[in-house]
Amino acid sequence: MLKDITLGQYYPVNSVIHRLDPRVKLLGTLVYIICLFVADHVAGFIFMTAVLAAVILLSKVPFSYMVRGLKAIVMLLVIAAAFNLFLTPGEAAVTLWKISITWAGIRSALLMVFRMTYLIIGTSIMTLTTTPNQLTDGLEKSLGVLNLVHVPVHEIAMMMSIALRFIPILIEETDKIMKAQMARGADFEKKGLVNKAKAMVPLLVPLFVSAFRRANDLALAMEARCYHGGAGRTKMKPLHYQKRDAVAYILLAVVMIVSIAIAVVW
Amino acid sequence: MGIIEAKDLVHEYYRRDEEGNVESIETAVNHVNLTVEPGQFISILGHNGSGKSTLAKHINALLLPTEGSLWVDGKDTSVHANELPIRKTAGMVFQNPDNQIIASVVEEDVGFGPENIGIETDEIWRRVEKALTAVGMWEYRSHSPNRLSGGQKQRVAIAGVMAMEPKCIILDEPTAMLDPDGRKEVIETVHELNRKKGVTVILITHYMEEVVDSDYVYVMEKGSVVMKGKPREIFSQVEALKQYRLDVPQVTLLAHELRQAGMDIPEGILTREELLEALCH
Repeated sequence: MLKDITLGQYYPVNSVIHRLDPRVKLLGTLVYIICLFVADHVAGFIFMTAVLAAVILLSKVPFSYMVRGLKAIVMLLVIAAAFNLFLTPGEAAVTLWKISITWAGIRSALLMVFRMTYLIIGTSIMTLTTTPNQLTDGLEKSLGVLNLVHVPVHEIAMMMSIALRFIPILIEETDKIMKAQMARGADFEKKGLVNKAKAMVPLLVPLFVSAFRRANDLALAMEARCYHGGAGRTKMKPLHYQKRDAVAYILLAVVMIVSIAIAVVW
Repeated sequence: MGIIEAKDLVHEYYRRDEEGNVESIETAVNHVNLTVEPGQFISILGHNGSGKSTLAKHINALLLPTEGSLWVDGKDTSVHANELPIRKTAGMVFQNPDNQIIASVVEEDVGFGPENIGIETDEIWRRVEKALTAVGMWEYRSHSPNRLSGGQKQRVAIAGVMAMEPKCIILDEPTAMLDPDGRKEVIETVHELNRKKGVTVILITHYMEEVVDSDYVYVMEKGSVVMKGKPREIFSQVEALKQYRLDVPQVTLLAHELRQAGMDIPEGILTREELLEALCH
């Protein structure tokens, strides 16, 4: 189950999407999210599906990779959909005893599922096609203005990229600790919320201890390699806009306009 | 003066209680004198808690001496302004490969050091290529470190240090978490760097097999240097080494036992070939 989390996992292939400037991808993700929430009609769905499909094809990342990220939120989706389904007031479509499902409920439940699913797939495309370092560089560059108001942009960006780098390592470690505790008789399959929470203690305590130890080691290693904050740092892969980035920006604008137009017209 | 020069180096760890009062003082490094000449391959041997890692961290200015002094390439480590130049001169590789790789792509990690010291972009790429080629990992440049074996990860870490073009590398138990194949891989890489690039190497380890080919060996116990000399001189004192809880290489031990049993074999046999030679004569 833990292996299913794809968030923050880079998938190395050489595609147009991979080569795009991370700033384009960041803005692209933002535009994509806005468009998802603008779309509230079948035509909007179809348009967003087409956009998403095109990006997935261009990215050359296997579709199964993106869907894997969804497994983790299936429960969340089901609960959110159920709430929307049963608790939206309006004209009843089906009535069972005291509970009624309204047309508006069905509609908003569908919308909810559509948006959440697409949101996860869309954002995982970004992390699958952008190395954490590129992502950080992109963020650092785009948010550079905040430096003027003393926001430590470089430090935040560095922390983010390290967090992303350590996700797979910590997941592996969680798996190991789980197996080690299971071998000593810990039961992670217990029923009930309280029992489940209790079962987490023997997992989380060693995980935290080891995470702190890792953090300490990493800090030493970074210092040993002359890391001293963002000042005077050069870039191995400096960001330069290419022609394809300009094209991507235009396409983004088109997508944005079209999806707003669809929402307004219908 | 050597590239690394330690004079009466002392380091004490203070254990404090909750109010910050000193509860106990532990002397991790006790009056150590050390001289390393440029281009040498030095090994520091010692059991757990012998103070060898603490000593290593001094050479990189990660720890500062409590007493005595340490010069790296003529610079005093206790002067704060020397910190960066010293870390540029003496690179450090740590034990756990996972905890010292910062980036998610091999080449970006190797570029991390040069980025920190403000090297131009083109030069970074040249250095990354050179460093990765030197450790034989160039073809893995766009891989994720998570998918590499322990030995490969450690070679990437060595490349990350090499890319800063240091005069000296300190390896703090680089093989402790590796399997025998990975260990061989890493030690061979380090020897090659020493021979071909003339980098001064300080290898800290508790595996005796790894120090056989070094120029000079220091043995540490409870913070002090208790033995020093050429590997052959060290290994001829099997009983003393056992006292410091160090295992002699199997061949040396066999030769020692045979000699004890009355066979005519010289002390300080290091390799299988030497033993064969001695037995056949």
